[in-house]
Amino acid sequence: MRKKRLLAKAGVFCLLIMLALPAYSQNTVVTGKITDSTGTPLVGASVTIAGSPRGTTTDANGVYHLNVTSSDKTLLVSAVGYSPRRISIGSSGLIILSAVNSSLNEVVVIGYGTQLKKDLTGSVASVNAKDFQHGAITSFDQLIAGKIAGVSVTSNGGQPGSASTIRIRGVSSINGNTDPLYVLDGLELPNSTNNGISTTAAINSPLDFLNPDDVANITVLKDAASSAIYGSRASAGVVMINTKRGASGNPVMNFNTSITAGTIAKYLPVLSAGQFRNYVNSQVAINPADSTFADMMGGANTNWQKLIYQTAVTDNENLSVMGTTGSMPYRVSLGHHGEQGILKTDNLQRQTVGIHLFPHFLDDKLKIDVNLNGIYTGSRFANTSAVGSATTFDPTQSPYQKGSAWGGFFEWTNRSTGALNALATKNPLALLQQDNNYGNAAASIGNVHADYQIPHVSGLHAIADLGYEVTSGYGQNAVPGDAAQQAANSPGPGLISKYKTNNTYIRALYQLSYIKDLPSIKSNINLIGAYTYANTATTQYNYQSYDASNAILSGSVPVYPTNPADYTLISYLSRLIYTFDQKYILTASIRDDRSSKFNPSNRQAIFPAVAAAWRIKQEKFLSGVNWLTDLKLRGSYGKTGNQDGINDYSYIPVYSLSTNSSQYKFGNTFYNTYTPAAFNANIKWEQTTSANVGLDFSLFEGRIIGAVDYYNKSISNLFFPTSVPAGTNFTNNLTANIGTMTDHGVELALSINLIKARNFNWDVDYNIAYNKNTITKITVGQPGSNFYGIQAGPIGGGTGNMIQIQTVGYDPYSFFVLQQAYGKNGQPLEGIFVDRNRDGVITPPPSGDAYHDHSPYAPVIMGMTNTFSYNKWSLTIVARANIGNYMYNNVASDLGVTEYMLNPLNYLTNASTDIYKSHFYAPQYYSDYYVENASFVRVDNIGINYKVGRVARTSTLNLSANCQNVFVITRYSGQDPEVSGGIDNNIYPRPRNYTIGASLNF
Amino acid sequence: MKRNIFTIGIATMLAAGTLVSCSKKLDRQPPNSVTAAQVFSTDTGAKQALAQVYAAYALTGSNGSGSTTLIGIDPGTSDFVRLLWDASELSTDEAVCAWNDPGVPDFHNMAWNSSNPILLGLYFRIMYQVTVANAFIQEADAVKGKFTGGALTDLNHYIAESRFLRAFDYWEMLDLFGKAPFVTEKSPIGVGTYLPPQASADSLFSYVESELKDLDNTNAMVTARQNEFARADQACVWALLARLYLNAQTYTGTARFTDAITYSSKVITTGGYALLPNFHNNFLADNDSSNNTEQILSIAYDGVNTQNYGGTTFIINAEIGGSMNPAAYGVPTGGWGGNRTTANIPNLFPDVTGTVDKRSLFYTPGQSEAIASISTFTDGYPSVKFQNVTSKDKLPAGAATYCTTSFPLFRLAEQYLIRAESVLRGGSGSTQAQALADYNILRDRASDTSASYEATSIVLQDILNERGRELSWECFRRTDLIRYGLFTSSTYLWPWKGGVSSGTGVDSHYNLFPLPASDLNVNPNLIQNKGY
Repeated sequence: MRKKRLLAKAGVFCLLIMLALPAYSQNTVVTGKITDSTGTPLVGASVTIAGSPRGTTTDANGVYHLNVTSSDKTLLVSAVGYSPRRISIGSSGLIILSAVNSSLNEVVVIGYGTQLKKDLTGSVASVNAKDFQHGAITSFDQLIAGKIAGVSVTSNGGQPGSASTIRIRGVSSINGNTDPLYVLDGLELPNSTNNGISTTAAINSPLDFLNPDDVANITVLKDAASSAIYGSRASAGVVMINTKRGASGNPVMNFNTSITAGTIAKYLPVLSAGQFRNYVNSQVAINPADSTFADMMGGANTNWQKLIYQTAVTDNENLSVMGTTGSMPYRVSLGHHGEQGILKTDNLQRQTVGIHLFPHFLDDKLKIDVNLNGIYTGSRFANTSAVGSATTFDPTQSPYQKGSAWGGFFEWTNRSTGALNALATKNPLALLQQDNNYGNAAASIGNVHADYQIPHVSGLHAIADLGYEVTSGYGQNAVPGDAAQQAANSPGPGLISKYKTNNTYIRALYQLSYIKDLPSIKSNINLIGAYTYANTATTQYNYQSYDASNAILSGSVPVYPTNPADYTLISYLSRLIYTFDQKYILTASIRDDRSSKFNPSNRQAIFPAVAAAWRIKQEKFLSGVNWLTDLKLRGSYGKTGNQDGINDYSYIPVYSLSTNSSQYKFGNTFYNTYTPAAFNANIKWEQTTSANVGLDFSLFEGRIIGAVDYYNKSISNLFFPTSVPAGTNFTNNLTANIGTMTDHGVELALSINLIKARNFNWDVDYNIAYNKNTITKITVGQPGSNFYGIQAGPIGGGTGNMIQIQTVGYDPYSFFVLQQAYGKNGQPLEGIFVDRNRDGVITPPPSGDAYHDHSPYAPVIMGMTNTFSYNKWSLTIVARANIGNYMYNNVASDLGVTEYMLNPLNYLTNASTDIYKSHFYAPQYYSDYYVENASFVRVDNIGINYKVGRVARTSTLNLSANCQNVFVITRYSGQDPEVSGGIDNNIYPRPRNYTIGASLNF
Repeated sequence: MKRNIFTIGIATMLAAGTLVSCSKKLDRQPPNSVTAAQVFSTDTGAKQALAQVYAAYALTGSNGSGSTTLIGIDPGTSDFVRLLWDASELSTDEAVCAWNDPGVPDFHNMAWNSSNPILLGLYFRIMYQVTVANAFIQEADAVKGKFTGGALTDLNHYIAESRFLRAFDYWEMLDLFGKAPFVTEKSPIGVGTYLPPQASADSLFSYVESELKDLDNTNAMVTARQNEFARADQACVWALLARLYLNAQTYTGTARFTDAITYSSKVITTGGYALLPNFHNNFLADNDSSNNTEQILSIAYDGVNTQNYGGTTFIINAEIGGSMNPAAYGVPTGGWGGNRTTANIPNLFPDVTGTVDKRSLFYTPGQSEAIASISTFTDGYPSVKFQNVTSKDKLPAGAATYCTTSFPLFRLAEQYLIRAESVLRGGSGSTQAQALADYNILRDRASDTSASYEATSIVLQDILNERGRELSWECFRRTDLIRYGLFTSSTYLWPWKGGVSSGTGVDSHYNLFPLPASDLNVNPNLIQNKGY
């Protein structure tokens, strides 16, 4: 371990030394300027000499300077989003590039290399910075919400720094990892949820490292043939993030800033104080013994939700400089992001730095990319249990109470003894203000990529890429002794607890690639071979906790000071891309992965893939069809795997000592027990086989560009918790490779330039995807008739109630519920359900009375972006829609009953206004009444941009205003129809954000 | 030259890559853990492993009260005593529970099926205990040759105790499910797809009997009353044999009352145990220290060091609600408002206040004896037999919600009642007069006016009633009612029996619980009980 680190360090050091070496000088200099059709300079456009690796990029004014020799004849000029041009050297100094919706000659980053978009054989979608969502963007994933067909981005709530859940083409696994692989500037990042150890405080996703302002392009590999080169890491697809690069010439600085105000979009509907009083009094009228409850009511009218939420201010400042020093292009950026949560006390302050250097040496034969990103955050985390407590706390009480022993807050106490009612709901405001959870995170991520063109063998490159990610999150929570929320601690009330988690990930890649044009046989060969090594190590630190008087909390002394865990993946891979006559493209790849998570005989897995494309438009018979700009047919087939999402050591039998609160006493001595761990010696890879057929087309000179894809996936050896025969292991249920699942779908993406006038332009990007997952096997043998499936989806309320189920023939996580019976007036009849198996009794699920009532996953998702531009103004509207997704309204099922309003544990509880609709007294958790259609159309983002243009001699200014989460159209009765997983239970509400921003280049 | 430097640089990096690939193997040992060989290399290690054989009864997992070894049931509800209590008390006249937790209402309704999560938990919890014991015996047997002297004597006792606990587990399986998947220390664990065969009631009975007799005949256990608190001794073997024989007719159809008398007499006369003068001290927070002369084997809990949400923590917190003050029962931050008795139990006593019989430990203020609604805590009297205060009315260390009170699995009082009942049922080896004396010794203790509270003659029903007074909430009621033929029949009713407020009989197949569907699904050797 130590030795390897040293070697890795030595490698980095060597590369850094190389950076300092000077490059070659050349003969004459040509200069020119590149603009778009409106005369706006194109910054960072690429200018290369045809037939040579030499080239440069334009500066902030669109100007380039390039050394040429007398033998150079032609320049290739290209820029992202524009048609490239070939210009002979010596012709006009001004080059105008015309914009296209999506350039076929655009270079797209694929695994371990790049490819021209026109030559792609797989299903690959790419979004460039100009098409990103704008506004208050904390993390990169929000940039592409609604932008790519078949890619759903669901934010996990409105907490500052909260990441999103990205799903590519439905769910790829049920119990294994379902997050895509993220690749940052060529570095595969570790999966953040792979070993069950909680992620580092304040870093929710590996990409929290990243300042969204630094991102130039996001590419998604959707089909197995594209992603199979990442083998076992890519079963859920691949998201490749590429940061902005340096430019040539004088340094160009950009400063941009924005300020955002976030407000809560919708309160949960609960009874007002008046409605609450009426209800309690009406109960007393029926049952005079309940008058004790009437006596408990206070005289206030408190809207607890209003009290805990605030208008959250977020500010964002980024400063970057790019240019070339000596022969080395660079880009350096600094960012600050300060974000308040709409829940009071929530606060995140994030500082980021990005350093990107691209030196070339040896006549450009050696190219080195250095990417370094750093982040430091300081957060105060709000106690999110206030969200639920604010909905249920008695609205007749005022937040504060004179003489209260609980920090001056009103809390429920025993009316005779004055002792705290420990089981009662806690004051939401006290939950926030008496909880002092401060955390910090420091992280660094980066890689050095060296590409050396081996002399004398044209087209042969040796590549080494060393990357790392190091994070550390740590913090402390302090709750005072007079806080009701920690009053039940022993020996005394209050809590001081510390936490810390460190992650270290290193990855080494060594690659040979050979790219060769063979004009004599009209062929092009692109061959790579590589070896990679990746190790992910996590250390969670265990600390003892204290009460407010600094006495050690009973049972909290850890037995082990840390919980370290690590796993290693070693891979060999190879790929051939063969192009014949620029018409027929064949890709074949193979990857061999070996993981430390499996026993030696299951360790190795081979992931092959093959794909082909036919550029039909290149055929003679279409040459006369002028309206058809391009047409390509693609087909692919490949295998990927999954090893993430399971424990690092689950195949090994071991004993561990029990914790100090789980000792056992013999005589008068307590013993930490040696506990044998459950293990599955046979655990192995999940495997996904997938086929994809696609058609890419471009019409009317790119005015309409589109792609249609059909895919069919079959996932086998799915990790599934499966019953273990009693008596054969140290548990009744183990993760084993039991299940199979199929997945198929259709995707359509269209980019249409609807109106193209002199000053006015209207672009529409639209995507729609249909996806259907079906479980096909979840047991080893033939299940018995009493077997309904594997329950999942725990809900709030009751203990251990689960609302979803995995059943063969249905979508994963389908709701499994009882069919509510309704009266003549359309009123649900409490406790009365349809006896579906006609056995005379209603048995709660899993039973023959329950049925599968839809799934939380939307079969159809859509995204649409409209961009209108008029002179210097542009207006962008991004909308997304999910059709056919269902939600279990857990807030209504738990709070929409009257039984607990006069709580038998001697306090009062507020209820959801759903009681006026359902009139339920007792909870009906399993009623399908609560499974609601949660289809929605959400206008995600409306933004206005004004290019002020030149504000000083060398400065240009851009102004923008955005509104995010503008409105939602849905029939769902809860707060928000978009909850990952389909169970709506007191999520942190997504704010509605209003942002204004300015961006200055100088 | 410059070119050479780079060539060397590239070569170095490639070489580094090769080294990286060799320097770290893909074979790993999990951190914070050791192999079985390491555990069993010392006496201390073996004892810590034995502690897990016992802790498997007290805890749901080894990483705090939220951890569990069972899937498919909430961790807090999945310990042995809580599950056993639900199944053997809520299904009877001794208790109803206000909660609507999954599986709980099935017990009052006597309408459980093979998907009931509590029965799933109970079945797998017991079989988990069997598996941990098997693993212990397997590993300890393997290292026996390396132990000598006192360490070897200890190890042999550990193995014997594990065998006793396994026999106890199989007796529970026999009593609850009437059959069991059968595994011993010779069965593979965690390897391949081994499917245990099913043992019938007859073969389980024979196995438990032969294991216990072997332990007794070879004097493998620590001498009666000589072991540490919370560890089994030879008297446990006799006590379980007595219990097994008392119910033999239920299990196999063949009565064995004479054997029941033999072994209960052994416990009473040579066990060295003695009734506590004060009945209630058996169920208080210091029942593990000065007040343990009557407890032959207990499950030890501790509010600080052995925390869980089941066991006595469950029994005590669930019995507190309504106008009760949780602090008075030793759980200042607890009180879950769940369990009460049906009127049949208070009615067994001369008066509900306990003036005559001090075992009448019911809380009545604000409670009604009748149960109009099971979900209303104030309907029905809760029993406050178990409490988390000491016999000196002090709180134990760490008193908040978790309880320190131990739960007795075997208590001397039961043995008197076994002997008395076995005589009345025709067993030989004792006398009617002794039966009456055994009966009265418990009544004497229970009453300050002992002479007038003694019976002069008893019939079988008196024994059942006495068991209701003496052993209520100790997980005996279901077995007792089945032995008396009263569990499912309509001969004897209690409020809400069969889900009807006035009570109703149910089909006799409910005398056994169903095997969980999840085990039937994976083990084709298993045959479901009749009627399910």
